[in-house]
Amino acid sequence: MHAETTATDRKAAALAAFKDLDRDPGVAKPDPILVVDGVVRRFGGLTAVDVDHVEVQRGSITALIGPNGAGKTTFFNQLTGFDTADAGQWTFNGRNMHGVPPHKVARAGMVRTFQLTKALSKLTVIENMRLGAQAQKGESFWRALVPGFWRDQEAEITERAEELLVRFKLDKKRDDFAGSLSGGQRKLLEMARALMVQPELVMLDEPMAGVNPALTQSLLGHVKDLREQGMTVLFVEHDMDMVRDISDWVIVMAQGAVISEGPPDTIMSDPRVIDAYLGAHHDAPLSESELEKQLHEAEAALEEEIVEETQK
Amino acid sequence: MDWNTIISTTVKAAIGVETVLYALAAIGLNVHFGYTGLLNFGQAAFMAVAGYGLAVTVTVLGLPFWAGIVVGLLAAALLALLLGIPTLRLRADYLAIVTIAAAEIIRLIFRSVAFKDVFGGSDGRRGFSDGFYALNPFPAGEYGFGWFTFNHRLLWVLLVGWVLVGLSCLLVYMLMKSPWGRVLKAIREDEDAVRSLGKNVFSYKMQSLVLGGVIGSLGGFVYGLAFASVQPDIFGTETTFFAYTILILGGAARVFGPVVGSMIFWVLLVLVYGVLSGAVEAGYITFMTSTQVGQFRFLLVGLGLILLVVFRPQGIFGDKREIAIDAR
Repeated sequence: MHAETTATDRKAAALAAFKDLDRDPGVAKPDPILVVDGVVRRFGGLTAVDVDHVEVQRGSITALIGPNGAGKTTFFNQLTGFDTADAGQWTFNGRNMHGVPPHKVARAGMVRTFQLTKALSKLTVIENMRLGAQAQKGESFWRALVPGFWRDQEAEITERAEELLVRFKLDKKRDDFAGSLSGGQRKLLEMARALMVQPELVMLDEPMAGVNPALTQSLLGHVKDLREQGMTVLFVEHDMDMVRDISDWVIVMAQGAVISEGPPDTIMSDPRVIDAYLGAHHDAPLSESELEKQLHEAEAALEEEIVEETQK
Repeated sequence: MDWNTIISTTVKAAIGVETVLYALAAIGLNVHFGYTGLLNFGQAAFMAVAGYGLAVTVTVLGLPFWAGIVVGLLAAALLALLLGIPTLRLRADYLAIVTIAAAEIIRLIFRSVAFKDVFGGSDGRRGFSDGFYALNPFPAGEYGFGWFTFNHRLLWVLLVGWVLVGLSCLLVYMLMKSPWGRVLKAIREDEDAVRSLGKNVFSYKMQSLVLGGVIGSLGGFVYGLAFASVQPDIFGTETTFFAYTILILGGAARVFGPVVGSMIFWVLLVLVYGVLSGAVEAGYITFMTSTQVGQFRFLLVGLGLILLVVFRPQGIFGDKREIAIDAR
């Protein structure tokens, strides 16, 4: 029961932080963990990312949405050092992160996953997990040669990895090659491995892409769990049902820029989002329920036509 | 046909000098390619700079044997750094292009007329191994039993060579079961994933390149000392490709893969040569002359490599499970 109360507390705290905020892009948050200013990335003549100002609230689950090609993943790559921004500043916990290489970004506590899952196929699941641990003594060349230096630490790491595997229901796969896992299990493994880094901010790039529906609920639960454990989550997602279900705040990107922000239940009624996000495909279904509604309407129209035809 | 000679040379080849020096080269390649996924096609260059480092230090500079060994090892490490700094940040295939080119550049410098005073041109260098044989604890004579009979010089080279092979295998075994080795194997699978987990990928790739290069360079020393000479054309690209054949034959990313691969490779090569040249001399084979036999066996090496990659890509020691993953 206790866990449940803290869970609701965390969610309530996150929601309270967002309660009185404006819906403008770049609105200031009470306690931002990540502050981004003027990040620009151009590929030749194309400006893929041009984010003026955006803040991510500590201890919340923030969704980053936008149509295909909006620059969400590119933006992720800038923030995590996997690509070099042409201009801009961003701070993580007050520390400037522009030009910091990816491994140092991860060490600072900002860990990402990838849209195309990067399970290390020919390593076992447990080795994948162990790799995530930081400051391993046995990872330096000379100390690696003397097992006495790192054996104790390795045991600790293994214990922590096994706990996480149990949580993510991968413990039965412990000694299997990661390459033999299903797509959804790989997503789980990647998330669990990222947690081995003990990050403050977890950045998930389309965590639901290619995951079968049976696993979706369990993955959603794990993402919510991250917030309950005091981590901040920023994730890119296309599935609006999922965004509505788990996020506390939504940031909308289109054509490289942040165009709107707001709580998940009202964001899709924002005219700027409808204009830019839906654009030319204004009538395209946003979610399964809308798709169904549209199908019903279309069917009704067809039936009417048939009735008219037969009456003639 | 003299079966006795054919079989005795074949059996000797299993532990011979070529087996030792190619085993060392392949152990180095195993660190590069098998464990880290670095496509180094210039392993011959690491052997060359070590062999020449030793030869030039002793013959031209007149320094003692040990100084030559130190210079050779430093040269191999330096070569790894020089190759790695510009290429390790790029995709894997660039390293392959740069290493194969660098190896040829180094070979051509060693055989160039301009540096004949230092490197001795295409004749190479000789007369630098006295320091090594002065350390030989075995008095002059023949040693061994049955087919395994060697003179005192060869016995000393083989003893040192196999000790080096053993130590290299032990080093690779210790490293690859440690967290350090885990990072290397992870880099082989996906660099970006490893970066996202807070590891400095460039630094690990560089360490791997230096380690594998230095182990490979031991093969260069063994060659120079066993034959008491170095020539530039010994360290051509075919040396690297023999080492790759050996590595794949034995099984990449397996500690003893390169050693067993080297033994099988040289046993087969010597056996095929012995049988074919015996058959030519006895008149059983009429479409080849005995000089063509030497070339023909390398044709068989190529055919063998192709068949190996098609039918048993994991080699002798490889794990079928690991290969099956790539296939799907």
